[in-house]
Amino acid sequence: MSTFFTEEHELFRQSLRAFLEKEAIPHIDQWEEDRRTPRDIWKKMGDMGFLGLSYPEEYGGLGLDFFYDVVFNEELGRCNSGGFAITQQVTQYMSCPNILKYGSEELKQRYLPGIISGDLISSIGITEPGAGSDAQNISTTAIKDGDHYVVNGAKTFITNGVYGDFIVTVVKTDPEAGAAGVSLLILEQKMEGVTSRKLKKLGWHSSDTAELNFDNVKVPVENLIGEEGRGFYYLMNGLQLERLVAVPAAVTGCETAIEMSLQYMSEREAFGRPINKFQVLRHRIAQLASEVEALKAFSYHCCEMYANDIYDVKLCSMAKLLATELCEKVATECLQFFGGYGFMEEYPMARMYRDVRVGTIGGGSSEIMREIIAKIVIDGQGYVKPKSSGNGIVERKASTPGGNGKSDNGSTDTAETTPDISIEEIVSGIQAKASAVDALGKTLKFDFGGEQITIDGTGADNQVSASNPDADCTINLSKEDFHKLVSGNLNPMNAVMSGQVKIDGDMGLAMKLQSLFS
Amino acid sequence: MTKYFTEEHDTFRQSFRAFLEKEVKPNIDQWEKDGQLPRDIYKKFGEMGYFGLNRPEEYGGLDLDMWYGVVFDEEIARMNSGGFGASIGAHPMLALTHITHEGTEEQKQKYLVPGILGTKVGCLAITEPSAGSDVQSVRTTAIKDGDEYVINGSKTFITNGVLSDFLVVVCKTDPDQKAKGISLFIIDRDTAGVSATFLDKLGWRASDTGEIAFDNVRVPASNMLGAEGQGFFYIMQHFVSERLAMAVGGYAASEYAIEVTLKYMNEREAFGRKINRFQVLRHRIAQLSAEIEMVKQFCYSLYARYAAGEYVVKEASMAKLLGTQLADKTMTQCLQMFGGYGYMEEYPMARMFRDTRLGQIGGGTSEILCEIIAKAMIDGRSYKSV
Repeated sequence: MSTFFTEEHELFRQSLRAFLEKEAIPHIDQWEEDRRTPRDIWKKMGDMGFLGLSYPEEYGGLGLDFFYDVVFNEELGRCNSGGFAITQQVTQYMSCPNILKYGSEELKQRYLPGIISGDLISSIGITEPGAGSDAQNISTTAIKDGDHYVVNGAKTFITNGVYGDFIVTVVKTDPEAGAAGVSLLILEQKMEGVTSRKLKKLGWHSSDTAELNFDNVKVPVENLIGEEGRGFYYLMNGLQLERLVAVPAAVTGCETAIEMSLQYMSEREAFGRPINKFQVLRHRIAQLASEVEALKAFSYHCCEMYANDIYDVKLCSMAKLLATELCEKVATECLQFFGGYGFMEEYPMARMYRDVRVGTIGGGSSEIMREIIAKIVIDGQGYVKPKSSGNGIVERKASTPGGNGKSDNGSTDTAETTPDISIEEIVSGIQAKASAVDALGKTLKFDFGGEQITIDGTGADNQVSASNPDADCTINLSKEDFHKLVSGNLNPMNAVMSGQVKIDGDMGLAMKLQSLFS
Repeated sequence: MTKYFTEEHDTFRQSFRAFLEKEVKPNIDQWEKDGQLPRDIYKKFGEMGYFGLNRPEEYGGLDLDMWYGVVFDEEIARMNSGGFGASIGAHPMLALTHITHEGTEEQKQKYLVPGILGTKVGCLAITEPSAGSDVQSVRTTAIKDGDEYVINGSKTFITNGVLSDFLVVVCKTDPDQKAKGISLFIIDRDTAGVSATFLDKLGWRASDTGEIAFDNVRVPASNMLGAEGQGFFYIMQHFVSERLAMAVGGYAASEYAIEVTLKYMNEREAFGRKINRFQVLRHRIAQLSAEIEMVKQFCYSLYARYAAGEYVVKEASMAKLLGTQLADKTMTQCLQMFGGYGYMEEYPMARMFRDTRLGQIGGGTSEILCEIIAKAMIDGRSYKSV
């Protein structure tokens, strides 16, 4: 699609594809059987400049645009090994962006050059035996003790966890505090107290997936990424990329499956003709190809938004949901075309069928994707469609200082001039809404900088007043944004997730903004 | 301003939407009952320039880009009357398209100019009782006799087939041939031997869908549209835009259905809460919304490619296939959200459900589309612009 890829992108693609065909694809069967991908393939890729594509040059990256990453993932998707692809998908796009965006200069210098050169491999450690989708409920603790944290707990299903070098780990630095007690801490496999167990999986065999145990692991405080208590918020900011990255690879994976099926069907004969003559099979191909073509266009649309710094939660969730579900459909139908040979590991479809099955689970299950989309589509009645039209694309909004105040298109275009509203008007305006919902159980303060209003939900119902006590949760935002929240022109969830409003304190209470303002 | 639509497009959308809200929406229920549209709505469309969006200025058109057509189709879909959409759309998109591309200057003056004004309404008659998907097997003949052609045969399922002023008719000028024996003719309604009856349908009830009989109808040879033996190819030629338009109708109607459904679910209560709190229903809405967004972006990307000169036959077929399948799926699930009220004609979903059902049949059945796509992908068939 030449609207998205320049000649330079295509040259990169040719070179990467040639490399993969020579250095990776001939060995993948072996790596799958070994349940391990040797590290030197990553070093070779690093040497070729295939890693760290959009990372800054000062760390060895290439500072290229996002569509190089799209090409990278597309080409990985053609290798028919989800296990092979996921190693760098996690390292480059799910783990290390947290260091790049929020880490100290020291951490960046310590870890980023290595993952870009291919010397280091990393993980993102969120999931625990007792908490997957419900990430807020993690229980791994990191208790400060002088110049280090003591980490105790366990993680599971961690890609690259066995043979990798470090893990961006999601820990509770304040176990009492709910989501606002979550921090990101870098642990290394070689640290004392870190043990791993390699998990046996249905698919992704060439990827080492670990159950990790942390037994009084001493982690220097320097390994904290950003600020304590902001971990959950950092993670949420990275989810769009994590979801999006799967999509181009899913598209090319499906395309490859169809290509392979067409090849097989043109050779295999039954009842006196190549099986590509049977109408039922032809129409299945037509249906699958149509859905893949639509997904491809949608994928490029979402990637283009992302490349323009528009972090659209709804779109990325939709894309991940549809891509992974389509992969399952394509894999099972294409396996069927191969008949008995489809069931043989010697033929490609068996591996694809096994590999795609995790797609609707990892990186945010399909159920969670639907929850997110439902919240935006159903509850976010104030999810503002840009004035322009129905296709949801807005002009790029300049990022706010701090690097992560990028808003998604739920809150950009309606730059109505808000009249200067008095605090009294605000109080009476929100009292009705506050009275309509259950007592919050805690205190929630809105700080406009200079003026504040507080909802005291500790009693039988919610009382609003213009006051400035210490509150369980404080939301820092402008009066204009507050007005938009109340009038339904700013979606609370999006505002929180995009950093347009800043939360201090009980994040769980902030999550109730949704019901308060709907 | 967006990637595809400019401020001008948006302004057009606002004004077209306002026009539809005022001139169309209040009358839809009546037109559905009447089984036809009144003549004056065509005139109103014509006066506003809505029939000539992409047509040359010299014939009264506005010479605008194809994105105006996309806006047109998206907004029409929100009227919740497939019949209204069909009739008001078939006239400019099917009948006038052929006059524009294949007509002589004289034919354009006689049909295109009043067509754009809305003072003459046309239809396109391809399908016959015994030939739908198999267009090449049509049996209506047009036999040369001196400087006239004598036309005999019948057509069915023709939108605007009863009330239109003129008909663009697919005939066999050479019955011994297949595609190469087909030519197009323009026939005036009041020509002797032309008769039509209304068809009673599951949906699209505001549209006068007709069965038409041609009994020794004599037309001047100058009524042939385009060259002899090229009729089939002319029809094929316009399928890309027709299929894309139907794909747009698919996702746009689906979007509208979700809108009305969300509104209902936000009001209706059960078991002590609004029904939009139930996870199963929420997830259905989420899934449909995702699929609608995907088909929408797919269609936009195809329009962009088409506008840039790419003849996207395979892809347009894919889009129509997916858009109409999605609409069927959306309508039935949204109807379910309304419970018993979903089954009542007084509520919007019943009509949407009925109307949508034709989508996978008209304009190329889903089966035919799969045939086309399969031929392209498996047999390496490619299509060039005529």
